[in-house]
Amino acid sequence: MAEQALTGYKKWMEGVGEQGVFFSRFFRNIFTGGFEWSEFVRQCYEIGYKSFMLVGLTSFIMGLVLILQLRPSMVDMGAESMLPKTLAVSFIREMGPVITAIICAGKIASSIGAELGSMKVTEQIDAMEVSGANPMQYLVVTRILATTIMVPILALMGDVIGLFGGFLALNFTDDISFSLYFHKCISSLEFIDFLPALVKTMFFGFAIGFVGCYKGFHSDKGTESVGLAANSAVVTASLWIFVIDAFAVQVTSILFYR
Amino acid sequence: MEEQVKHNGEQKRTPNEVVVDIEHISKSFGDNEVLKDISLKVKRGENVVVLGKSGQGKSVTIQCIVGLLNPDEGVVKVFGDVVADMGDKQLKALRTKVGFLFQSGALYDSMTVRENLEFPLTRVLKMKDKAEIDQRVEEVLEGVGLLDAIDKMPSDLSGGMRKRVGLARTMIVKPEIMLYDEPTTGLDPITSREISELILNMQKKYKTSSIIITHDMECAKITGDRVVIMNDGEYIAEGSFDELQSSDDELVRSFFNETT
Repeated sequence: MAEQALTGYKKWMEGVGEQGVFFSRFFRNIFTGGFEWSEFVRQCYEIGYKSFMLVGLTSFIMGLVLILQLRPSMVDMGAESMLPKTLAVSFIREMGPVITAIICAGKIASSIGAELGSMKVTEQIDAMEVSGANPMQYLVVTRILATTIMVPILALMGDVIGLFGGFLALNFTDDISFSLYFHKCISSLEFIDFLPALVKTMFFGFAIGFVGCYKGFHSDKGTESVGLAANSAVVTASLWIFVIDAFAVQVTSILFYR
Repeated sequence: MEEQVKHNGEQKRTPNEVVVDIEHISKSFGDNEVLKDISLKVKRGENVVVLGKSGQGKSVTIQCIVGLLNPDEGVVKVFGDVVADMGDKQLKALRTKVGFLFQSGALYDSMTVRENLEFPLTRVLKMKDKAEIDQRVEEVLEGVGLLDAIDKMPSDLSGGMRKRVGLARTMIVKPEIMLYDEPTTGLDPITSREISELILNMQKKYKTSSIIITHDMECAKITGDRVVIMNDGEYIAEGSFDELQSSDDELVRSFFNETT
């Protein structure tokens, strides 16, 4: 039993070490050699544009549902007029970034993990390496930077769509104009509501890209390992999103809300 | 401005120059000793076939030559330099001179055939002139008889076509040494023969030295100037194909009988 635990611990530590090496290789490759602009733009399109519908729809439904769920309690407290503000603050600070990141973890981390995993299995990464090209620059740097940039953009768009969903829900029950609703939303927000959320989503995006690339790049050579890489990428990226979120909330509270 | 990677012609070329020198290498994976004190020399312009059954460590040998793996003991020298001692830059320079054809062809499946062939030109040789790139891509594809497939995706190609494109992608940078990992595995006899003849033609055209890892006797017969037989991680015999086929050694003969 103790031996098993020790083996597990050693394996875990090896994994941590490998991730550290992978991170340093990623970081080094951002600045050395030529940057793969065309592949980076293609990844931004694949990651950003192709995820827009999914993130938008999810955010819209969440905004709508939140208003429908909150309304009875707010009416009981006589705080019905606070609904736009409540939704805006909760969506911009927390719901929007986390929902977007979780959706992206499911869609993007798995896709990167499976793609790189299958490239590993079919020796495409080895072929790239022995040809003298740099697979870290072409495959990893472009994907991680694309997720780091596109996830915050998706989250911002998701925020707007989520607030619009909230407006539609509120409009079913209360007679509120579009301009009044958005005026109430915007006037209740401050710059410090946007900034930490934006920074947080950049870290979410980085985690999604990094985990997807790491899992794919280090998958074993077998078809089963492609599935494992994709699955493991989603689980690990989702976990990291919550860990980063918990940490970010603490830091934000200390810096801005005390 | 990025420096264009220089290759071909930097080395002093002599006919009997040893381009690959493997000296007493051993390699284990866990408790499994795959290579046991292997030595092999390949001269410039020579085609050496390493013949052996699957899982005998043949592929591990050539992976050590390009630095994908490092031997536990012994040294691998390419053009006189020890591969294990090379830094990133040296290794990259070496890899522009050593082509590696993978068993599966290893085509980048998100790219067309043209993009696959352009990849080493733009990323490794840093070529920028579109006309020159196009000309080189078309020339090498014509060499493998697949000019018509230039805009196809790898998924649209048959196994034999994939290997041809893989070979074209490797040859496009004009390497001095070619390493073939089971080039005819999984192909029908006619396509296998075509690929073997193609290897021979490309070797003559580009004047490369080659190590061909195979268990296909016909491929060995067509392509090999010299054949080395590997069994249980050791080289057990060496000579021309005909010499080995008529060997008095029972193990060598039995090996020929087993694999044919």
